[in-house]
Amino acid sequence: MAVTFRIPSYLATFAKGDSSVVLQDVPATVQDALSALWMQCPGLRDRIVDEQGEVRQHINIFVGNECIRFTGGLTTTVPDGSEILIVPAVSGG
Amino acid sequence: MPSVHHVSTANGDVLLLIGTMKGLFVLRSNRARKHWETGGPYSVGSPVYAAAFDQRNGRRRLWWAQQSFRWGTILNSSDDFGKTSTEPETYSIKFPAESGVALKNIWQINLNAPDQPDTIFCGVEPAALFVSRDAGSSWSLVEGLFNHPHRPKWVPGGGGLCLHTIVPDPVDHKRMTVAISTAGAYRTDDGGATWQARNQGIRAEFLPEKYPEFGQCVHKIVQHPAQPQRLFLQNHWGLYRSDDGGDSWKDIANGVPSDFGFCMVAHPHDPDTVYIVPIESDEYRCTPQGKLRVYRTRNAGASWEPLTRGLPQKNALETILRDSLAADTLDPAGIYFGTRSGKVYGSNDEGKSWQLILEGLPPVVCVKAAVVGGSGKPTARAAKKTARKVRPKPKAVKKPAGRKVARARAK
Repeated sequence: MAVTFRIPSYLATFAKGDSSVVLQDVPATVQDALSALWMQCPGLRDRIVDEQGEVRQHINIFVGNECIRFTGGLTTTVPDGSEILIVPAVSGG
Repeated sequence: MPSVHHVSTANGDVLLLIGTMKGLFVLRSNRARKHWETGGPYSVGSPVYAAAFDQRNGRRRLWWAQQSFRWGTILNSSDDFGKTSTEPETYSIKFPAESGVALKNIWQINLNAPDQPDTIFCGVEPAALFVSRDAGSSWSLVEGLFNHPHRPKWVPGGGGLCLHTIVPDPVDHKRMTVAISTAGAYRTDDGGATWQARNQGIRAEFLPEKYPEFGQCVHKIVQHPAQPQRLFLQNHWGLYRSDDGGDSWKDIANGVPSDFGFCMVAHPHDPDTVYIVPIESDEYRCTPQGKLRVYRTRNAGASWEPLTRGLPQKNALETILRDSLAADTLDPAGIYFGTRSGKVYGSNDEGKSWQLILEGLPPVVCVKAAVVGGSGKPTARAAKKTARKVRPKPKAVKKPAGRKVARARAK
């Protein structure tokens, strides 16, 4: 099994043009998953988290159907076979 | 998404970089500055609070700061007037992890370091200064300012805690003044290692102590390179001049309808001439009496005159923000400003008359002007004009009797 990131279309440029990135080594937490993602696609990092490692305000990360804001943030556990979705928030002006 | 048009430029053309809340527009005209071609938008959908055109060392590079609502703040560049742009894989301006803060916005891109054609400064939010010594390839935080003991007591103004103005001394390479809202003016005399608050005489209407060492809400500072000791300052309530490099400031709100305002620009060839657009109050923040008036002093603040020809004089409830007033370097100089209502006005005769260049834009937050192929230095004729104006001692400021200026109520 593996864990798969779903990448929004705007960021595909920084994921070698792909809309998904597969992690073969199953991470324990979202934090671990993101660290592995940065290794494969370094251009994604600054766009998803700030210098302090915080997920940017208007980006949501889901593990399956659950937004990590309500499940422990970056310490949220990642079950084997999960999909992690990076989703721009529905907000703006 | 809107269709994007790219301008083609020739040497001698005038460029206007218009940063809006929904992207950057690039306007081009010839020397006559009567007809304008509109390029852009670039970074569609994102606020662009800072832009600059770098033509030092043979470059023709547009810089602009894209404050992406989702993806953070990115410093972009283009070497072909926007046709292609470089969005770095990893962001070039970032706070060190150990700083404990994260970049919110870039408010100023400054290319005016004297005789250092690869040096660029950026003023950012939260208030800090970044410098690049290799034409923008790499950047570092100016630690001397970031570690200033006053910093924990700086508080954000309405626009955030931002370093929005950078004034490198044109003669002394180690001296620079910056302005921070809300902290005031700070100056270094040792190349950025140490910084001192330079706010003596500037009032802080919103604090119990009206003349504190720091905490003022300075909105803009300008300087003419021919007179580096003289600075002009538009404050959150207050219009000032310093004749000693910022050591002390004198009130020069003589004959303006309000001493509140945001923007200010120096005439490129006349060190006595400065332009502002007064705003009625810090609550209302619109042009007084519904009249859109640029004010100009030609005697270093001893008096100000309204410039109105071609500008609406009724129902014009406009706001012109701190970086939305600019001048080109031609002779006669072009003066330009953009409004929060999305209009861009220009004058090709130093403010005598104005034309509406463009309307219907998103709110304008930044206007910069440049002459393509120009060195940024004045022509021989303009330099002569400047030399005639530079006097060994500045005139003393005298307040004309009987002139009323709208000031903060508490004063």
